[in-house]
Amino acid sequence: MSEMRRVTAIRNGTVVDHIPSGYAMQVIKILRIDTDRATPVSLVMNVPSDKLGRKDVLKIEDRELDQEDLDRLALIAPAASIAIIRNHAVAEKMKVELADDLVNIAKCFFWNCITKNEREPLPQRMRVTSRDPLQLRCYYCGREQEIDELIENIL
Amino acid sequence: MGDIVTMDDLTNQDIVDVLDDAERLVPVARGDVYLPLLKGKVLANMFFENSTRTRMSFETAMKRLGGSVLNFTSIGTSVAKGETLYDTMQMVDGYADVAVIRHPRQGAAQYSADAVGIPILNAGDGAGNHPTQTMLDLFTIRQVHGTLEGLNVALVGDLRYGRTVHSLSHALVRFGAELTLVSPSTLKMPVEIVSDLKEHGAKITETDSLEEQIANADVIYVTRIQKERFPDEDEYVKVAGIYKIEASDLSGAKKGMIVMHPLPRVDEISPDVDSTEFARYFEQAFNGVPTRMALLCRSLGIDVPEKVK
Repeated sequence: MSEMRRVTAIRNGTVVDHIPSGYAMQVIKILRIDTDRATPVSLVMNVPSDKLGRKDVLKIEDRELDQEDLDRLALIAPAASIAIIRNHAVAEKMKVELADDLVNIAKCFFWNCITKNEREPLPQRMRVTSRDPLQLRCYYCGREQEIDELIENIL
Repeated sequence: MGDIVTMDDLTNQDIVDVLDDAERLVPVARGDVYLPLLKGKVLANMFFENSTRTRMSFETAMKRLGGSVLNFTSIGTSVAKGETLYDTMQMVDGYADVAVIRHPRQGAAQYSADAVGIPILNAGDGAGNHPTQTMLDLFTIRQVHGTLEGLNVALVGDLRYGRTVHSLSHALVRFGAELTLVSPSTLKMPVEIVSDLKEHGAKITETDSLEEQIANADVIYVTRIQKERFPDEDEYVKVAGIYKIEASDLSGAKKGMIVMHPLPRVDEISPDVDSTEFARYFEQAFNGVPTRMALLCRSLGIDVPEKVK
């Protein structure tokens, strides 16, 4: 647990542990954490981990992640463990679980997909075709998504 | 229910059943027998992209079965004014019992199927799928070879943007075909499709040379290199006209081998092939009518009688 104390414990908020090493910034992006706002965010990168070798950890103050956040998070940190902190104590533990069908999580990258018309009202949808390695296809056009590119296309 | 967007919407048994229905409907397709199975039904032909054979064969299929057809093209309509596909399809949902859609964007058929309640038949979505073409291709292959099982098929030309070969290859490997994919390196079959085909345990060979495939093939399926699908015209010019089959090239072919083409052709099959025993592309185009009749009946939940007379 000593790695966890590299930054101070938080009073209320969420700790996201077991992020693959080097991906903390992407997690900030995927969770739509507004870095201009006053809410403190602590970030630990490349610390040793039994589970992952090396990992990143994120502590977000005054925000409790919800299921939709976890669905997004599953795209880049499928092994992440989440602790909701209330009044300095772990109030809830959650596991990230990748759904088979991701609705309105990310936009398809393919230039000729029907969903590229932004006025079309049906939701963006991705099907998970493999979990390890992670592979996703657009439900509509069937094109396989580049995972790195997908992070750029998070809604 | 009743949608056919990709070949995954049909099981192998469904495919065989539809082909059997289509076979019995041939006299109706030729106009020798009148069988108004779809009397009172309305088909919306939604063509957001040009078509000759597909649109006309659907129209003939519907009319030969006593149904009627609404023809839509996107030129000069509400689509040109910026209407979304979703809104256009809501209208169709109210006007017709079944819709055929062709659209330049990939995924448009699945999108439409989700947007409306009536059955949607995909008649080509960008470089995606074209399952009703596949059904008539399978009909043609079975007509000649008597089976769909275990054939050696060479798919030739634009395998990257050619939607007909995307759907056809999926179907063929489900019946144990051995596929040779013949294309220039810039027009290879998309990786996700090759990976799906291999998942079915199919033997796949990729090559850029057609010549050595001719002797082994039971079917040579040729596609046009489609200028309109290239994002960049220079890339098109580099590969246009790369494959050209002439009658003399086929001297070493197996007996019973057939040359197929979804048409239109440009110069990939020379006209001197037309009069050889191998040419099958014009029959293939006719076969669109009975096959689409059977598909329309299936989508509308209408049984084709065991005896048609």
